[in-house]
Amino acid sequence: MSTGKDAPMPNAIARHRPASARWRRLRLLRRSPFTATMAIVLAIIALTALVVPPFIADAAEQQNLALRFVEPFSLDHGIAYLLGADALGRPMLLQLVMGARTSLMIAVSAVVLAGLIGYAIGMFSAYVGGWVDAALMRIADIIHTVPSLLLALAILYVLQPSVTNLILVLVFTRTPMYMRVARARTLEVREGVFVEAARAIGSRRSRIILHDIRPLVTPTILTVAMLEIATVILTAAGLSFLGIGLQRPDVDWGMMVADGRGYLSSAWWVTVFPGVAVVITALAANVLSNWLRAIEDPTQSHLFAKPLPAEAPAPTSSANLGSLS
Amino acid sequence: MITFLARRVLSSIVALAGVMVIVFFLARLTGSPANLYLPEEASEEAIRQFNENYGLNDPIWVQFARFVGDTLRLDFGDSIRQQRPAIEAVLAVFPHTLSLALVAMICAIVISVVLGCLAAFYSFKLVDRLITVSSLTTASIPDFWFALVGILFFAVQLGVLPTSGTGSAASWILPVATLILAPVGVLTQVVRGAMIDAMNSGYIQNARARGFGQNRLLFRHGLRNAALPIITVAGDRAVGMINGAIIVDTVFAWPGVGGLIVRSVLDRDFAVIQAGVFVIGVAVILFNILIDLTYALVDPRVRVS
Repeated sequence: MSTGKDAPMPNAIARHRPASARWRRLRLLRRSPFTATMAIVLAIIALTALVVPPFIADAAEQQNLALRFVEPFSLDHGIAYLLGADALGRPMLLQLVMGARTSLMIAVSAVVLAGLIGYAIGMFSAYVGGWVDAALMRIADIIHTVPSLLLALAILYVLQPSVTNLILVLVFTRTPMYMRVARARTLEVREGVFVEAARAIGSRRSRIILHDIRPLVTPTILTVAMLEIATVILTAAGLSFLGIGLQRPDVDWGMMVADGRGYLSSAWWVTVFPGVAVVITALAANVLSNWLRAIEDPTQSHLFAKPLPAEAPAPTSSANLGSLS
Repeated sequence: MITFLARRVLSSIVALAGVMVIVFFLARLTGSPANLYLPEEASEEAIRQFNENYGLNDPIWVQFARFVGDTLRLDFGDSIRQQRPAIEAVLAVFPHTLSLALVAMICAIVISVVLGCLAAFYSFKLVDRLITVSSLTTASIPDFWFALVGILFFAVQLGVLPTSGTGSAASWILPVATLILAPVGVLTQVVRGAMIDAMNSGYIQNARARGFGQNRLLFRHGLRNAALPIITVAGDRAVGMINGAIIVDTVFAWPGVGGLIVRSVLDRDFAVIQAGVFVIGVAVILFNILIDLTYALVDPRVRVS
């Protein structure tokens, strides 16, 4: 007669699995030089955005009209002016780092919050079913139908631009997507034999959702969230560009592009560099999420597990994934 | 098929109604138009008169009831800024947005089908990797920045394209390129995936065994069967183009609905915001019906069920 302690605990297995899976991913990453490079690039950007800003905050805001529109790629005025200066003589390089902090903070907070909320509501909606489910999904549809930029514009106009409000708006417009994904995945998982088994041994509903279904919905949501980082960075930059995202002294890349717009023909670097920063960051996030989707997909993962055979067996389903390595 | 369409239309109308309600209250939260349109020293009487003219004196729920009634009769009220019916103001610029979106969508589909087929044909080879990397890159470029760099390079530096305007064919190039940037990246990947699926299926093996040429395999058999997911995603992206249209209207001074609505939000021109969102909403619904009909055209199974 085994007690609960002696029996192999499903939880222990579940806890063990992510760790080994993480190592597997790292090993796989070594086999994909391009993706690995992009991962390192993203890590460097994130680390810079996290560590450097407190040390340069004052220098970045330092206006110096004598250095107005200093040309980039020259060390005459010190390393801070390597990428030139803007209309008020502020060093572009330091502004970009400050912008990196704001842009990444907004993107990560929005993705995490929207992900958690959508994840919870989606699973709840699928499990409860009935009119609650129908109502929640209709609301998601409505939010999804309005062009997100228009919705964000109207809300931000009411709320006044600020980092917090920008995050709130992004969470509001991006949550429905997670709701749908979490709901669809829950409905799929719910049909599994193990859920039936859990029900048969008398598990409560809440336990089934949290212990049996949730672990299988989580990876799907994480993959989607990774993909969303790039989208949210682009959307936030767009809102700041339109002048409704942030206000000085907060600065992000979209705002910097908007600042440079008036001087496009005389000082191209003020417009170009912040955009390049967005492209590099979004591309790194996109490449990483593309790769993540590929290795999570059983029909593709073998391509990464060993060197490509001469005649690679092509995947048979859900193959709309990239073939980066 | 008919029941399916009817249900789709019905649920879209419910969604549109929800959107209109949100827009109504959101617009009124932005503040009173009287503060914008009347001089600061305007008398109480003048403000009251102004609000009276636009029905803004009544309690919000009375305004809402009137709004519901008017909207059902397709009466959106008058634009404060333009001093003419709001729907007229919207319909005057709508063709610019519609034609731009149509041209952009056609370009996006053609480009992604070509690139996606190439990638699928050479799957897991160099060509495929290059196409995948480029499609991920285009999906990572902010459209507003691309538009500005386009102006910088082609208009300011080379002087071959105009910075704004709608007249000449050249003035369409940058706006269309800006609009298709994001859709092309996503669509190419979808075409590639769908084509790889299709080319690996039994009927293609069979056709190949019967000795049909590669072109026939690719276009007659492969592409036709890959069409469904492509249409679905293309439809989804077309709706997303409204975001891009706002940017194009702003950067290239394109006289479209997106820019008009943005200006109306800033101008607190409630009637125009509501009419604009309504027109876009109806366009989206009609477009979705068109997509559903295309399904039926491409896939005989849909026609039967």
